[in-house]
Amino acid sequence: MKPLINLMRPGKLKTKNKINKKLKITSRTENLSIIRQFIQSAANQVGMKPGVTEDVMLAVDEACTNIIKHAYRSYPDGEIILNLKYSDHKLTITIVDYGNSFHPEEVPDPDLQKFYQQHRVGGLGMYLMKTLMDEVRYNSVPGKYNEVYLTKYLNNTH
Amino acid sequence: MAEFSTTIKDKGNVSIIYLNGYLDAHTAPQLENNFSELIENSKYNIVVNFEDLNYISSAGLGVFMAYIEKIRDNYGDIKLSGMSDKVFNIFDLLGFPLLYEIFKSEDEAINKFNETGKVENKK
Repeated sequence: MKPLINLMRPGKLKTKNKINKKLKITSRTENLSIIRQFIQSAANQVGMKPGVTEDVMLAVDEACTNIIKHAYRSYPDGEIILNLKYSDHKLTITIVDYGNSFHPEEVPDPDLQKFYQQHRVGGLGMYLMKTLMDEVRYNSVPGKYNEVYLTKYLNNTH
Repeated sequence: MAEFSTTIKDKGNVSIIYLNGYLDAHTAPQLENNFSELIENSKYNIVVNFEDLNYISSAGLGVFMAYIEKIRDNYGDIKLSGMSDKVFNIFDLLGFPLLYEIFKSEDEAINKFNETGKVENKK
């Protein structure tokens, strides 16, 4: 098997070609730091560059913040499950929640002039996720669960 | 990971908010309180020093948007200083440099208040 051969090579011992990690947390903003640590630890395992790690960390933070605020409407005991997979230089994070369904197509792109007048912002997180990741996909089954898939290709960047 | 803390210092007629650590949806209310207190005390000339800020998410950026109009209506401003490239990049991605003056150093930001202050004092 390929990973075993790589393990035999000097210089390949430090990082892994393939990982699969899971994190289950409740829908509280205090858990955002745990989520960032989870990403940092995976990034260390696969040897991701700091700049890329920061982008992924922020995108995942934004996705989870949206879940806490919108899917669970700040209800603190909702379940959020993160599955992180890395293989063939592709990093995918799937985030599942059981809150209110989400309609990404209804979120307009950020308009700073409007925010200035309204003293609030909306949609910044989604815009950041789309900018920082290579792919962002949503799948919502109303009354059951919501999933967001975040993908980053690391061949040239990490 | 370290969380988040702020310190406020007055330098002449300018209040400086020093940010430290991680500014996210959990810690943003702390910074909101800082702005609310400054506004309550009629302190509208505000410089935010980002030198010790490691991380900002959109919830943190939202705080600056929440208070800026009120502060400018009172002839003040929020000026930003000392951002790392990483933090600046997030502000830049979202177009914030169009709405906020961003300086390399705290002193430059303070000086900008003192320059414009001379004009505003005439009102």
